[in-house]
Order: sequence, then C-alpha cells, then structure tokens
Amino acid sequence: MKARKYLPILILLLVLAGVQQLTRMTGTAYFLTQMTMTAYYSLLIIGLCLVMGYAGQISLGHAGFFAIGGYTSAVLTTYDLAPLLAKGNGVISFLATWGLLVSRDNLYGETLLSVNPWLACVGAIMLTIIIAFLIGMPVLKLKGHYLAMATLGFGIIIYRVVLATEIFGEADGISDVPGFPLLPGIIVSGDFSNRVQNYYIACLLLITGFVLLQNLIDSRVGRALRAIHGSEEAANAMGVDTARYKLYTFVLSAVFASIAGIFLTHYNGGIGPSEAGIMKSVRYVAIVAIGGMANLWGALVMAAVLNFLSLRGMFGSYDDAVFGAILILIMLFAPHGLLRLQVWRFFKKSSTDT
Amino acid sequence: MTLLDIKDVNKHFGGLQAVSQVSFSVRQGMIKSVIGPNGAGKTTLFNLIAGNLPLSSGQIFFNARPIHGLKPYQIARRGISRTFQNMKLFPGMTALENIMVGRHTRSRAGFIGGMFHFPASRKEEKAIRDKSCELLHLLEISQYADVEASSLAFGQQRAVEFARALASEPTLLLLDEPAAGLNIYETAEIARLIMKIKAQGITVLLVEHDMSLVMDISDEIVVLNFGQKIAEDLPSAIQQNREVIQIYLGDADA
Amino acid sequence: MTSQLFCQYLFAGITYGSIYAIVAIGFNIIYNTTGIINFAQGEFVMLGGMIAISLHAMLPLPLAIGLAVLITMIIGALIEIIFIRWLKNPSVLRMIIITIGLSILIREAALHIWGEGVRSLPYFNGNEISTVQLMGTNISPQVLWVIGICAVIVVLLSLFFRFTSLGQEMRACAANRLAATLCGISTKNMVTFSFMLSAGIGALAGCVVSPITYTQYDGGTALAIKGFTVAVLGGLGNSMAAVIAGILLGIIESFSVSVVPLAFQDAISIAILLTILFVRPHGLFGSKEAAGLKEF
Repeated sequence: MKARKYLPILILLLVLAGVQQLTRMTGTAYFLTQMTMTAYYSLLIIGLCLVMGYAGQISLGHAGFFAIGGYTSAVLTTYDLAPLLAKGNGVISFLATWGLLVSRDNLYGETLLSVNPWLACVGAIMLTIIIAFLIGMPVLKLKGHYLAMATLGFGIIIYRVVLATEIFGEADGISDVPGFPLLPGIIVSGDFSNRVQNYYIACLLLITGFVLLQNLIDSRVGRALRAIHGSEEAANAMGVDTARYKLYTFVLSAVFASIAGIFLTHYNGGIGPSEAGIMKSVRYVAIVAIGGMANLWGALVMAAVLNFLSLRGMFGSYDDAVFGAILILIMLFAPHGLLRLQVWRFFKKSSTDT
Repeated sequence: MTLLDIKDVNKHFGGLQAVSQVSFSVRQGMIKSVIGPNGAGKTTLFNLIAGNLPLSSGQIFFNARPIHGLKPYQIARRGISRTFQNMKLFPGMTALENIMVGRHTRSRAGFIGGMFHFPASRKEEKAIRDKSCELLHLLEISQYADVEASSLAFGQQRAVEFARALASEPTLLLLDEPAAGLNIYETAEIARLIMKIKAQGITVLLVEHDMSLVMDISDEIVVLNFGQKIAEDLPSAIQQNREVIQIYLGDADA
Repeated sequence: MTSQLFCQYLFAGITYGSIYAIVAIGFNIIYNTTGIINFAQGEFVMLGGMIAISLHAMLPLPLAIGLAVLITMIIGALIEIIFIRWLKNPSVLRMIIITIGLSILIREAALHIWGEGVRSLPYFNGNEISTVQLMGTNISPQVLWVIGICAVIVVLLSLFFRFTSLGQEMRACAANRLAATLCGISTKNMVTFSFMLSAGIGALAGCVVSPITYTQYDGGTALAIKGFTVAVLGGLGNSMAAVIAGILLGIIESFSVSVVPLAFQDAISIAILLTILFVRPHGLFGSKEAAGLKEF
C-alpha cells in the first residue's frame, strides 16, 4: 500500500530524467536552464498551495519570503567581511576561528572574505522563520480582504526595503553571488558545465518538498488543516488549535519559498528587486488557483508548465497580463481549479455510488 | 460527583440579555436536558459552555476546574465535546475523515511527524483510523465511510456529526438539538444511541425541543425562558410544573 | 523647521491626503453596496488622468476632463456588468482575486496603449512655477484646485446620498439588500451604479492631481493601497471618517520625509496599514459592532 502511494512520484522522477536525456540527444540542453529555474519556482508554489488550498489562507506577499531567502544568502555570501575582520570585530573573528568564513575571488579579481554558503543558507532560513512568525501571528487573525491586503502590504514592504537599501543593491540588486557547494563536488551555480547536475539538484529538491507536503496532507495535521478550511468553528470544537496550525502552515510555506529563493539566487548568481514585487506574488497565486487550490499535483503541474512558458518568453510583453487574465478567468469560471471543471465529467468513468 | 457546574452565568449582547443569572450543575453519568421556547437562550448557553462565546459574568467549572474564558479547543481537550445545531461537518472530507478529525485530541503527531511519516506516527494513524471505523460501525453508517460528508442524507450527516463528537472519548457530551429534523423513527434511534452512550459512562447535556425524547431519556431537566432558569427538576415534576406549562401553552390550563 | 517649510509639508500632505480620501470613498461606496473591496479602484484614477491627457490633444481642457470622467464611468459600469454581475454568491476570496486580476489587466492595457512614460495634464491655470501666497508660503494654485475639487466631491456626495432618491436607494441597498429588493429597488442596478460613481470620482481626482504627480500606467496600484489604508483607518464603509483619515495619512506621509529617506515613504503608509489591521481593524472611528452595519 505504501509503495503504491509513491508510484506517481517515481514516474515523475523518470519523466524528469527522460526529459533531460531528450534534451541531451536533441542538442537542446539550453532548455535545462529554464527548467531548473522552473523547478525552484515550483517549490515555492507547492508551499503556497498548502497555505491557500488546505489552510484556506490567501497570501499575496509570498514573493517577499522568496526575496528574504535570496537576498539574505546573497548579502551574506557577497559582503566583504575582511575589513571588519581586520578591525577586530568580535562576531566576525568568532566566525573565522570556526572556519565559517570563505575566501574567494570575485569577478574583478579581488579577494574577499564572506560567509560560508551553508551558514548563509541556514541563516537565511532562520531569518525567514522569525519574520514569518512575527508577521504571521497578527496577520492570520485577519480574514478576507483584510488578510489579503495585509499580506499584500507585507510583500510591498519587502520590495520597498530591498529597492531602497544600499546593502541590497537598490535597483540593481546583488550580483556575483558565488555557487553553493552542497557537498564536495555538488555545487549549485550557473556554470554551464554544471547544468545537468543543477537540473537534477533542483528536481530532487522539488520532489523532496513535494513528498513532504503530500505526507503532511495525508496525516493528522493535514486533516486538521482541511478541517480548518472546511469549518474553523467546528475544527476548534474538535480540539484543533486553529490559530497555531494556520501559523505553522504559513511559516512552513514561507520556508519553502525562502529555500527556493536561496537556491535560485545561487543558481542565477544574483537576485534583483523584481523577485519581491507584487506581480510575482500575484503570479504565484494565479498558478495555485489554476491548479486547483487544494490540489498539490495540480499546483505542481501548472507551476511547471506556466513558469516554463513564461521563462521561455512565450508570453512576450504580455507576461503579467496573461497571469492577470488567467486569474480572472479561473476565478470566474473554474474557482476550484481547471481540473475540477464539470467538463471533465465526460471523461471520467462513471462511478457506481450516488 | 458534580461534573459541570454553572454559576450565575450572564450573557448580554449590547442591550439584549440573552442569559440571565443561570446556575445549575450536571452530575457525572446523568443525562440532563435544557428546554425552553425559542429564544430562551439555550444555544447561547451551550456556546458559553463550549467557549464559543465569552461570558459577560459568572463562572463555569468542569471537574472542579474553571473553564470560563478558555478557547473552544482548550475546552475540547479537557474532555467536553459538542455537536452543532446547524450541523458543521467538514465539506470536502469523507465521513470517515470527519470522524478522524474528532480523534484529534487523542493523538499527537505534529508537523514533523506528519511530513516524515515516522513509524510512531504511522502506528498512530492506523489507531485513529481503526477507532473511527469502530464509531462508524456503532452508528451503523459504515457503508458511507468514503462518501463525501456533505453529499450524505440529513439523518446520515447527523450520525457522522455524532460519531465525530464521540471520537474524542469525551467525559461530557453537549448535544445541540440532536433530534432536529428527524422523524419519529430516527428520533427513537437517537434516544437509543444516547442511552448507549450513557451506558458507556459519558455524561450528556442536551438542548432539545422534542419533548418525547426529552421526557424519555432525561434524568433531570432545566427549563429556560427569556434567558432565565424557570425550573430544574425530574421529568415527571417538570411535566406538572405550572409555570413551565404556562410558558409553552399559554395561560389556559393544560 | 521653518514655518514656511512646515506649511509646504502641510499643504502637500493635505493635497495628497485629499486624493487618498477620494480613492477611499470610492472603495467605501462599492464596499457598502456590495461588500466587495474593489482592488481596481486605483486604476480608475489612473485611467481618468490618462484618458483626459489623450483627449486634451484634441479638445479643450474642461471638455477633455469631463469626457474622460464619463468614459471612465462607462468602463466602471462595463467591468461590473461583464465580470461581477452574474456571479452568484461569490466567496470573498474569489472576489478579491477577480478584482486583483482586473486591476492587472487594466494596468497592462494602459501599458500597451500609452506606454511606460509619464505624462500629465497641463496646470489648470498658469504653469508649474506659478505660485500663490497662502499662509506665508508659496504654493501652486493646482493644490487649491485639488483640495477644492475633492471638497466639492465630498459635499456633493453627501447631498446626493442624503437628499436624492437614487442616493437613498443606494443607502438602502447598503443597509439591507434583501429589504431593498422587497421595496422594489433594483439592487443589481445599484451595484452597477456604485461602480460608475466610484469610477467617476476616481477619474476626476486623477485628472485634477495629474499636473502635480504626473500620471503613469502603474500609478494605480500604490494609490489603491493607500486608499485602502485610509478606508480602513477611518473604518471601512465610513466615508466621512475616510476624509479625516485621508488627510491624516497625507500629512504623516508628507512630514515623514523629514525623518525617513524618501525611498521609504511608501513603506510608511503600508506600515500604518499593517498596524491598524493588527491593532484596530475597525478603524479609528469605527466601533466593533457598527462595523457590521454599513452606511455611507
């Protein structure tokens, strides 16, 4: 019984591997770059699906968490700490003695001292968790438009902060972010020679996240979340601490978004303020909506398809408009997602129970 | 031994006094009913006990510990379970899943356990599922286990809500109009069920309009009118109580 | 701070505050009749300005503005009729997402029609350097136009809702929809009309403020957020309070420039929004129970 549950995942893995082989054989390996990026965005989106579809909370500011993850790890791995070390700064010396600083050469041939990427990654995730808790606690007490506006507001504050602060590179963002060596020999970076490896890293990360979420949904917690979504009052009466569950779910999804941001920043070698913008957040919500709010597979598939098309430039200058239109059309005609449309009834085998 | 103790409980909404200086207690193992005309404050009282509404004043003790001011989920954890007057099943979940949620207070797996499916969590899941199936069986709706709850017939939905409330193995069960919308046969079934529950040692406090059910199974009855307690006595005495008859039937003698 | 600088900030604050208040009133009108928050409210302001600018190339200014307001009102009505009217009992979440989508579409359409550049209407009298002496400081006469027109809008709206039958019907619709239908009021038309009204006042505000702030295809979003902040600050649905709240926000924002770098100015209004949502969601002037009742 358990093995059967994981069968679709196995198939997915094979499909992903197959796609990669296909690109190798047809000489279209450059697709891998966009597919890798797509995988990372999809990681964020399945996390958002948990919050929106299962816990029933809208979040219009999720790009903010992506940015917190990406920018934090970017700053930590590019900011030159050598001057501070020379001045005898306590914290920096402490880090240095523990071997947590890394010396490297940047694009201009200068040597600088920055934080070890693993430490930066952990630090970024910790920061995300703290902020998600701080924001989540008051925000999740709100409902409806208030919740939507509050999350939107959060996203915009992050955007404004990174746009206006010098350390975040203002409008130019941060570039020259080094690769992230996960293990000796396995590095998350944009090097062409590493393309295939990075593709698989992204896919494995995505699949791991997906499996974890799928497990969660099938568990006691997942049931509690769906109960909260169904009737918060009744869930409370059954002993579910609804406020705490909503908060934890929110934080978990923020962590997914943050990890996506961290990895993608290392892969792209940089990050810019547009990653924190409203349009990105709206896009993510649109994709979750079209996949079917409470449908993890739907979110995954739609995320893969739409992100890939968008990255390939399929929508041209109408990119944002397309997602806006999708949002409206889905909400008007298929509020439970494309896969739950009445039309599919024609294709479904008729079930015997009424 | 007194299980639930309600002392001088008041609730007002702005200028409206919904519950006024109500006091009574429920002994362990008994079935107590709260009756009264529409608008008497019965469901408000229930909501006060279950924590859905804050008290304006007064105290409520459960097992000698105060529960006024606690949140509903905290009260549920103390061992009080309830059903709702206008049935609040979880849409989008099957009958079985609804009941499994009822097991929430008797299980522990959290986010980490849920994500990684540790052996301990998996064992707990199985236990939850088994117990829930047991309850489905008890209420004779096993065949609807995998049917989406909101597409069940009314009587079956009631049964699911019952099972869900029982799933937490409560010490005190609050039933809000369990017979509402049921016909004679179904009401008799409910009566039988409540007696079975009592036999298992669960104390029951119910709000009800159906007099046959109330008189049949109650050990004691509390009568409310306009938020005030009018009488509290054995069913036979309540039936003879002048004031109670007056409230229900008007001034002419019954 | 010199008294001259103080007055400059003050007038700037009141000017912007008036615009925010108008946007907030637009939110309130639609919210009162439908319970929907129309995220596309800011776009009406942008559209008013943009359309007027385009028309001004062919028509004298007053006519261009009048026509722009009319066209925006028609757009507002069309939006309601095409996207909202036929929905049956939509959930709050659905409506939020739809209006967000609409806001995006309008913005993208504006981008493709008018391009990325900033434009503006000419100053109503004089030009960008003409000034008027008021309270010991020099201000642009356009500021007086903005404050004046916004004040007139507010007064006319109060009179409209209080004394005209259409206004009273809208208030009936807001107070109790079912009862209104039983009285023979066509609630569907009331909803359409509320969109038209909101669009109209937004467009007018957009025209009158265009010379000062310029008009750009993406100006609507920021305005919508600030307008919403003001609406919540005053208490959602309460338009008199929105006026006070708007001026308050405008002044806070304006004076904040002296303490906080300019780039963070937008973040201030959002911080205020978040604070009010967390601390007192029924607004400064709303009461918890009255928040359930809706009135202009």
